[in-house]
Amino acid sequence: MNKIGLIIGREYITRVRKKSFIIMTIIGPVLFAALIIVPGWLATVEDDEVKEIAVVESDANGMPVPDSLQFFRDVIPNKDNLKFTYLHNMRLEDVLATFEVSQYDGVLFLPQTLVSAGKEASVEFYFRKPPSLGMEVHISKALEDFLFTNKLIVKNIPAEVIQSLETKVNVAQIDWKNWPSKKKDVTGAKRGLGYASGFLIYLFIFMFGAQVMRGVLEEKTSRIVEVIVSSVSPFQLMMGKIIGIGLIGLTQFVAWIILTIGISNAAQVVFMPKPAVVHTQQATPADIMSNNASMPTEAVQTDKTENAALMLNGIMDQLGQINLLLVLGAFIFYFIGGYVLYGSLFAAIGAAADNETDTQQFMLPITIPLILGLFVMINSFLNPSGKLAFWFSLIPLTSPIVMMARIPFGVPVTQLLASAVILILTFLGTTWLAAKIYRTGILMYGKKVSYRELWKWVRYKN
Amino acid sequence: MYLFTANNIVKRFSNHLALDRVSINVPEGTVFGLLGPNGAGKTTLLRIINQITAPDEGELFFEGRRFAGTDIASIGYLPEERGLYKKMKVGEQALYLARLKGLSRHEAMEKLKFWFVKFEIQAWWNKKVEELSKGMQQKVQFVTTILHEPRLLIFDEPFSGFDPINANLLKNEILELKKKGSTIIFSTHDMASVEELCDNISLINKSKTILEGNVHDIKMTHRSNTFEVGFRGDPEKLVHALNGNCQVIGQYKDRSGNFVKITAAEKLSGNDILTLVLPVAGITSFNEVIPTMNEIFIKVVEAQNHQ
Repeated sequence: MNKIGLIIGREYITRVRKKSFIIMTIIGPVLFAALIIVPGWLATVEDDEVKEIAVVESDANGMPVPDSLQFFRDVIPNKDNLKFTYLHNMRLEDVLATFEVSQYDGVLFLPQTLVSAGKEASVEFYFRKPPSLGMEVHISKALEDFLFTNKLIVKNIPAEVIQSLETKVNVAQIDWKNWPSKKKDVTGAKRGLGYASGFLIYLFIFMFGAQVMRGVLEEKTSRIVEVIVSSVSPFQLMMGKIIGIGLIGLTQFVAWIILTIGISNAAQVVFMPKPAVVHTQQATPADIMSNNASMPTEAVQTDKTENAALMLNGIMDQLGQINLLLVLGAFIFYFIGGYVLYGSLFAAIGAAADNETDTQQFMLPITIPLILGLFVMINSFLNPSGKLAFWFSLIPLTSPIVMMARIPFGVPVTQLLASAVILILTFLGTTWLAAKIYRTGILMYGKKVSYRELWKWVRYKN
Repeated sequence: MYLFTANNIVKRFSNHLALDRVSINVPEGTVFGLLGPNGAGKTTLLRIINQITAPDEGELFFEGRRFAGTDIASIGYLPEERGLYKKMKVGEQALYLARLKGLSRHEAMEKLKFWFVKFEIQAWWNKKVEELSKGMQQKVQFVTTILHEPRLLIFDEPFSGFDPINANLLKNEILELKKKGSTIIFSTHDMASVEELCDNISLINKSKTILEGNVHDIKMTHRSNTFEVGFRGDPEKLVHALNGNCQVIGQYKDRSGNFVKITAAEKLSGNDILTLVLPVAGITSFNEVIPTMNEIFIKVVEAQNHQ
């Protein structure tokens, strides 16, 4: 037992001192923030290039329309990088004939028969380069709105009625057990929490499982392993490595949390010089998170930084409604259970291979359930009590990821226990299996190992 | 008294028998050579002794009692595939390996200081292993092997990969360790080192022991009544004098005179031969030719392979 402590110590200390670990610990939260922000930001970024679209209108007979008789003039609003030029007295053929040398990037053809179209209609867009999805949606949305309003006007519906037609409906979710209190359920926060914790476990298993594999390979290729196993048992060496690297992962994780809290606190201090304002508005944060439509007008008027503060407070308030202790406990359990399960499999792969390229063939059966777990998890936090979520939160290879997505919504105790017991039994099984492969594999050099060979190793007496 | 005994060890791998009822007896305070061609099963046996793998059958005894897991601390093992953690510092690594063998931090430090000074490698303490040359790494590894002063030292092919200077250093250390009372088992192909170092040997071929015992005794039993006679005079006369009793297997000449190498009939002793040649030549030297371990090795292994 003392020796396993020494091994854990070595694995931990040599890694915690590495520059890469320190760098990763510091920039980790920044990377995470970037991971969340960048895709969203990228989605909003469009070509800065301004596109000019010519709009050509024709009457019912297909003849050109003079300025004064145009229906569709200025119907489609311009955007920063999208300009619509409404041509009059022009035929489509003429515009297209000179399209090659014109300044236009596209030609939108709108026949006036469009206003009397039924449920479905289609307009022609001639492009030089295919339009972006954003442009396509922008055009069709503007036309739909115009046609909708136009049809009502034709039926003599007053303008103020038309304006009041649209109503957005949000479904307020209330757990019946709380009745008669109509406290809204904090589905958004639950989804966020479930997704975040499931994703973290997935990331952790992948990152540190691979480190276990590389560590085993390192010992094997540097040939030190035989010296070590003449002092300790292969099982002790394997477990020492898995535990040591797991502790490294936990250290990094805790450091990330502390850093993130530190950074966000610092950000709060910098961006919120008026705490009093925030305080008075704390009464309605839940509304702000769950639906923007009912956001109180005062909040809309507050400046951006206060809004951010409100969001943060809102999140905090919502999290308060979730059984955080259970989430944290389950997180630690599935975190460790999932990691040990996969870690032992990764160790076995490292032992069976001679170099990193040889590991590929064995990696597939491990990465598939992991990635599958991630996909099911994404489905599960949208539908936490569905069949898919249920089964995959019991299957031990995916349960650490999938169950985390369900827990914030409340999982029956029996299911939670069943999942936990299955996970424990499985990781005992995989460590036993991995130890068998490991013991034989670490002393086997220069041999391309097949699954059949692995099976033989498992059956060796010693 | 035997420090270590292995009795009828059998080890099977899926498609072949690695060891077939192999036994060795290693007397305390001696150097024991484990010989055999590649793939004979030497490394497997050494791994079994080190508890890295378990035998399918057979028993191990240490100090006369059954081998216990804790006895591993009394063994120092230098495997054939040598290596250290490349990214780890020399001192730190030596300390780690020593502590894995059960030394306390304090003890390990004291002993490391002694050996690092003795081998003049103190300057390497804070270097990473990858910064050292191969020979330097082997020195470090040798120190870590013997640091905990084990009663039994096991070296698998210790001379392979060492340059002549380091190999010599190693030989001297082995003899010195023996003098201090350690028992040493080593496997090797280098028959010269066997003659120099070993008290006893065991020769394994095709998973079986085919020759074992004291090196001197083995050489004596493998004598073939062969002699080398150096003389001045006419070689033909000498050969004629021996005719009928001996077979001449070699005849050559150098500055100091003529030589013949003969295999005598079994009934003849060295004295008998001398009596035969004395009247016909001026004898300058007379030796019995004792086979080298190398010759014995080849003879015995080939004999078994041809069976």
